[in-house]
Amino acid sequence: MDQIFTANRLTDGLVVYLTEAGDWSEDVNQSFVCANEDDLASYEKRAVEAAVARRIVEPYAIDVQRTAEGVRPVRYREVIRAFGPSIDYAPGAA
Amino acid sequence: MYRYDEIDQAVVDQRVAQFRDQVSRRLSGELSEDEFKPLRLMNGLYLQLHAYMLRVAIPYGTLSAVQMRKLADIARRYDKGYAHFTTRQNLQYNWPKLEDTPDLLAELASVEMHAIQTSGNCIRNVTTDQFAGVAADEIDDPRVYAEVIRQWSTFHPEFSFLPRKFKIALTGAPHDRAAIKVHDIGLIVRRDDAGNLGFEVVVGGGQGRTPMIGKTIREFLPKAYLLSYLEAIMRVYNQYGRRDNMYKARIKILVHEIGAEKFAQEVEAEWEQIRHTATDIPPEEEARVRSFFSAPAYRRFDGTDAGFAAKKLEDRAFALWVRTNVVAHKQPGYAIANISLKPVGKPPGDATADQMDAVADLAEQFSFSEIRVTHEQNLVLPDVAEADLYALWQRLRDHGLATPNIGLISDIIACPGLDYCALANARSIPIAQQLSERFSDLDRQHDLGELRLKISGCINACGHHHVGHIGILGVDRKGEEYYQITLGGAADEDAAVGEIVGPAVASDELTDAIENIITTYVGLRQNGERFIDTYRRVGRAPFKERLYDAG
Repeated sequence: MDQIFTANRLTDGLVVYLTEAGDWSEDVNQSFVCANEDDLASYEKRAVEAAVARRIVEPYAIDVQRTAEGVRPVRYREVIRAFGPSIDYAPGAA
Repeated sequence: MYRYDEIDQAVVDQRVAQFRDQVSRRLSGELSEDEFKPLRLMNGLYLQLHAYMLRVAIPYGTLSAVQMRKLADIARRYDKGYAHFTTRQNLQYNWPKLEDTPDLLAELASVEMHAIQTSGNCIRNVTTDQFAGVAADEIDDPRVYAEVIRQWSTFHPEFSFLPRKFKIALTGAPHDRAAIKVHDIGLIVRRDDAGNLGFEVVVGGGQGRTPMIGKTIREFLPKAYLLSYLEAIMRVYNQYGRRDNMYKARIKILVHEIGAEKFAQEVEAEWEQIRHTATDIPPEEEARVRSFFSAPAYRRFDGTDAGFAAKKLEDRAFALWVRTNVVAHKQPGYAIANISLKPVGKPPGDATADQMDAVADLAEQFSFSEIRVTHEQNLVLPDVAEADLYALWQRLRDHGLATPNIGLISDIIACPGLDYCALANARSIPIAQQLSERFSDLDRQHDLGELRLKISGCINACGHHHVGHIGILGVDRKGEEYYQITLGGAADEDAAVGEIVGPAVASDELTDAIENIITTYVGLRQNGERFIDTYRRVGRAPFKERLYDAG
């Protein structure tokens, strides 16, 4: 199963994803998809280092599928984390 | 309103400074997340699905217009222009940044507010009847005792590391609007035969994965002994409550396992030891606190306002709003006005910053600057002259705040659910939206009458589904959102835990399932019966039959 690493950014708590270059992006489509054990191990190491370096909080890996629209988390919880609440939620920001 | 004295203000200001230092040490790396997490939780700051969430305590649901305006200001400057009122009469911000939180807390402290003890295994914000001090059926004002409990429980060193969180609710009226029987401790103001004031003490209620209705352990406690008796209860819990398993750590499990009688004996024995030496409420302190809540300068009215009566006849929409949202006041010529935060198709309990400002303005203009938050996630203007109700209603309507549905099927309690909450298994808000749209027809809602529909997105039951006339619980079934329906729950003085009607239904079948249950009720109801009355008379079987045989 393809996996990516996600976490919440320390300073503002927003959902972020580990990119190929080792940065953290708010865009799930920028995430690096680990397709094998070696990638998984090396990106997990980067994720843990980023937590120690205070960039992010509580990193973990999630299952994803690569689709025509981009990287899509498998679990519904992670879809909501990736794309925000499923409701019209912030009238003040509209 | 409660008032901070110098000590209160100093304590809250110091806590802000302390947390500012902790945040800066976290950001600089001196503190790890493991070290910091308990510190931020002590200040009400959670990390949820999308962002941090700050839970602000609203002492027993009482707000001034100045405080409401500050909450709106914070929503605009530190969040996305809205906030969420919770089932514990609190307020949650969904998008604050960690780095902004110390400033945000300082803003709160400037209006005598904070987020202390809104998380953790301590005594949480005490809750009470939203109509406290103005209800026509009230025996005594519960805010006096709620304020005493607030002062006593804030930073109480002996009770800052309990086996689990602890929630106290009280009512000063025989009709329970504060769900006191599903709290760790529920207090009901009573008079004894000689007319003295005191409390019936109920212990061991709760919701979550093991719902329990609280048991009365003392029929009458003289009011002067409130604190020493609470202290005795807390000590027995602190000593015997389980710490090995968080799912069995609430006081309800202890009371259930040893029995209410044995628990009461333990409390009485402890109380006997401390009642003569423990801190209790001296009469002068009670008088001082009571003075915070003295009645405002009501205008004098003789009988019902003629203009008000005429407007009800002229304007049907106004009359409908009055029917559901306006409640009898103890003062002649005055009324209690409920502001519904449940417009059709919107997230229950959410309010925009503009709406919050509007409520603050209207409270100043029409209700002696006071506002209440209800555990049903609505707001209240407690002191409105009947003569002003029409003008108030028109202004509320301008701001989308005049939905006439208090206590009806679309006045739904819902937790944030999987749209926000890290603990949730399924979404709650979209379910509430679908149901409020399906039942949006006002004539139909009024015909159905009182109906308490409550939705939780997980078994922690923040959405009070166990005590809904109709309860809905979201569950995760192999990655799909399913919903379990319970019937017959109640949160008032006849509190009951709802019964599961049958297997959970898929999210796209849920609205029809609720429609099916409603149709069954309408077919079975006798003269004037509410849903809950019919359910109690006929039981689960006919509902179950119709719901599952049809499919």
